[in-house]
Amino acid sequence: MKSWTAAVEIIKGGLITARHFVVNMWFHFWRFLGVRTKRPGAVTIQYPEVRRQLSPRHRSLHRLVLRPDGKPRCVACFLCVTVCPSECIFVEAAEDPDPEIQKYPAKFTIDLSRCCFCGFCVEACPEDAIRMDTGNLEFSGRNRAELQYPMEKLM
Amino acid sequence: MIDALIVLVKIVLALTWFLLLTLLLTWVERKESAVVQDRIGANRAAVFGRRLFGLFQPFADAIKMLFKEDFTPTFSDRALHTLAPFLSFFFVAVTIAAVPFGDVIVIGGKRIPLQVADVSAGLLFVLAMLSLAVYGILLSGWASQNRLSLLGGLRGGAQLISYELALGLSLVGIVMVYPSLRLSEIVHFQGPNLFGFLPRWGVVLQPLGFVVFLVAVMAETKRVPFDLPEGESEIVGFFTEYSGLKWGMFMMTDFMEVIVASCLLTTLYFGGWQVPWLGAEGFQFPWGGTWLLPKWLVTVLQVASFNIKVAFFCWLQVLLRWTYPRFRYDQLMRFGWAWLLPLGVVNILLTAIILVL
Repeated sequence: MKSWTAAVEIIKGGLITARHFVVNMWFHFWRFLGVRTKRPGAVTIQYPEVRRQLSPRHRSLHRLVLRPDGKPRCVACFLCVTVCPSECIFVEAAEDPDPEIQKYPAKFTIDLSRCCFCGFCVEACPEDAIRMDTGNLEFSGRNRAELQYPMEKLM
Repeated sequence: MIDALIVLVKIVLALTWFLLLTLLLTWVERKESAVVQDRIGANRAAVFGRRLFGLFQPFADAIKMLFKEDFTPTFSDRALHTLAPFLSFFFVAVTIAAVPFGDVIVIGGKRIPLQVADVSAGLLFVLAMLSLAVYGILLSGWASQNRLSLLGGLRGGAQLISYELALGLSLVGIVMVYPSLRLSEIVHFQGPNLFGFLPRWGVVLQPLGFVVFLVAVMAETKRVPFDLPEGESEIVGFFTEYSGLKWGMFMMTDFMEVIVASCLLTTLYFGGWQVPWLGAEGFQFPWGGTWLLPKWLVTVLQVASFNIKVAFFCWLQVLLRWTYPRFRYDQLMRFGWAWLLPLGVVNILLTAIILVL
């Protein structure tokens, strides 16, 4: 009797894949003719042409937020450098002529080859000067030096 | 002279059909597996910016295979190592010669059967060629001088021989029902109707034999539920030591075997080129109507019917391949010897009893 249930299950399995084939081909066919169906024939997102909608909380490439005058908001407080678990942020502070600001970053480099995109720097920043909301996920480099992003590339 | 020319043209046409269908089948395999798994599949190969659903992918694969290094390991037996893929390929390629694509056509008073060679023992010829394909596998495992390849070859040999028996036994039923070994005659015998409306196809007269044959022939193609000789996903198979075009020939042989299996299933169990209720003059419907058709249209319909059935069985085999997981080796052997073989014998007994009654 065990063999009979096995045979039934074998046929059932074949019918499941056949159903997937027929249903997906049905949607593919109507989509090919330009008819809007309730879902596409495949769950694939054709990546370079079609991009998935990123969540607003998605952590992507960093961005240094600017003041209205075009300078970065960063006051070189080193909180992000301290909190960074990968130790990938390098800041060099300089004195700002404006006594209200006191300090500004002469150099602000993120080593993206080390960054683990935890977002701690964003949370630690008291000035809301660094954010990870560019939505840019495509920053590859041919060598490590290319992945050292200086301040100009982050602004 | 003219006869030789006709045969030559038929050989060229049949081989072209066969190889083009093989190329197409690699595409079907990719796409069908993708659709079954809710994916899209290979669709990036493009010529002049035209993608055509990835139809150029087989050509891209072929070009890649041509330009890869054809590496023969120094420890392998060079001559046999080179011979094995050709043997494998040859024995499958000649099988197509016995398959009837259509009825006999008459051009200028000459009777031309739409079949490369109407062998009098066509069924035996096909079986013999399928059995000889074992040599390609065993030889490739042996000549590689790699003990894991050898084990793969031996697994393949054992599997093919085990399922060969079930295959032969299921075909005995067919020969009992349609008393001929000539494939064209077997197709002719499937023309008339049973009870006036049901076509006398093999699947109607031999349902059990059909199931046994389907399973056995799938084991013969060495594809996924039965892919122990090759075991591409984890175990080391018989063509591990092959690369480039020779490896490609093994791969192509796999797909060609699927097509041969589909041709056999069509010819033996689904009426070959027969269309239900279509005679030489036109349709003769069981409810009494007739629809006369010109001769050429009947031939076209018959050849189209053969092709559609073959395409269906290729589709079915790819679907089954992407449904089932692989057998364990002892399960494979037990299934072959303890289930398929007795079922084949039972099929012969039942057929004999019904024929005598």
